[in-house]
Amino acid sequence: MDESERQFEDTIARHDRIEPRDWMPDGYRRTLVRQIAQHAHSEVIGMQPEGAWITRAPSLRRRQVLLAKVQDEAGHGLYLYSAAETLGVDRDDLEQQLMSGAQKYSSIFNYPTPSYADVGTIGWLVDGAAICNQVPLCRTSYGPYGRAMVRICKEESFHQRQGFELLMTMMGGTDEQRAMVQESVDRFWWPALMMFGPPDADSPNTARSMAWGIKRHTNDELRQRFVDMTVPQADALGVTLPDPELRWNEERGHHDFGQPDWDELKRVVSGDGPCNAERLEHRRRAHDEGEWVRAAARAAGEASR
Amino acid sequence: MTGPLYEVFVRAKRGLNHVHVGSLHAADDRTALSHARDVYTRRNEGVSIWVVRADAITASSPDEKEPLFDPAGDKVYRHPTFYEVPDDVPHL
Repeated sequence: MDESERQFEDTIARHDRIEPRDWMPDGYRRTLVRQIAQHAHSEVIGMQPEGAWITRAPSLRRRQVLLAKVQDEAGHGLYLYSAAETLGVDRDDLEQQLMSGAQKYSSIFNYPTPSYADVGTIGWLVDGAAICNQVPLCRTSYGPYGRAMVRICKEESFHQRQGFELLMTMMGGTDEQRAMVQESVDRFWWPALMMFGPPDADSPNTARSMAWGIKRHTNDELRQRFVDMTVPQADALGVTLPDPELRWNEERGHHDFGQPDWDELKRVVSGDGPCNAERLEHRRRAHDEGEWVRAAARAAGEASR
Repeated sequence: MTGPLYEVFVRAKRGLNHVHVGSLHAADDRTALSHARDVYTRRNEGVSIWVVRADAITASSPDEKEPLFDPAGDKVYRHPTFYEVPDDVPHL
């Protein structure tokens, strides 16, 4: 082990942060680029399922909230691309890899949002799951990634609360509105559990990522934490989580719960989910249609120099 | 992405230094400033923003840590605790 490698290992061992110009193993850099880029892409694609409801939100207040939230997702994508760039990758290149399908984004955004209640469910369950994943990432070993996560987590808490509030409001409405909420929760519960990734036994990279301090908890630990956190919230809302095996286990001090359909996760990740093609098509179109904005910015930039 | 990389610094409130918050790309300085406002201060995070082109920054390298920072290590006499003074003398 040479001196720079020893310094890297020592920094990781004392839970200190690695910073952009430090020496780091190629595998560490590659893992981070993949994870941060995938995370950034998820924020960018994540604008679509809810963005579709901005023009159809039922009041000005709901529309303002949704607009602010979708704008935050764009911002989160930008914080993360900024962090990825400190590892020596090019932002254009990452965007191209998203649009070509070479890099992935979170499987959850390949599910459709046919109901307005989905806006609330995404805030409550999807952003709730994202928070479970992201809070420990604030202490990840790579400095710029952790700092981006701190900003993101602060903003996500508004996302989750607005979703819960929206659902509470609907649950206080008509039978039809309550049924809308339950139907939406039924559709999103299992995909939300899949957001934590495959079970630990099928997640070969987890151990390496944890040894490097990139991840702080395993997929199954985070999934358990999410279930435990969500059950009392579901009770408060008055909705039923669609899992017949879900029950409190006194001995473990945690909820037991059923397993999502892992074959479905594999299919969605590999491109065969309900909305994969639509999401990428939309992203490519938005990119192409934005070309005149980039051209105008370039022209203005040249003129002002 | 359009234009060079800019680093962004935000003063959270009067009386504090500008602190580095991240980076962005922009076609020119003015646009960088307006992008920085949109990306990094959506919730009153600041009262003042600096943007500077990343290629204009000269930074020390981690390899220079020893020659740059180690010499300070043995100069304990630069700290007030190095000096022994009687306990009963006020305001020291």
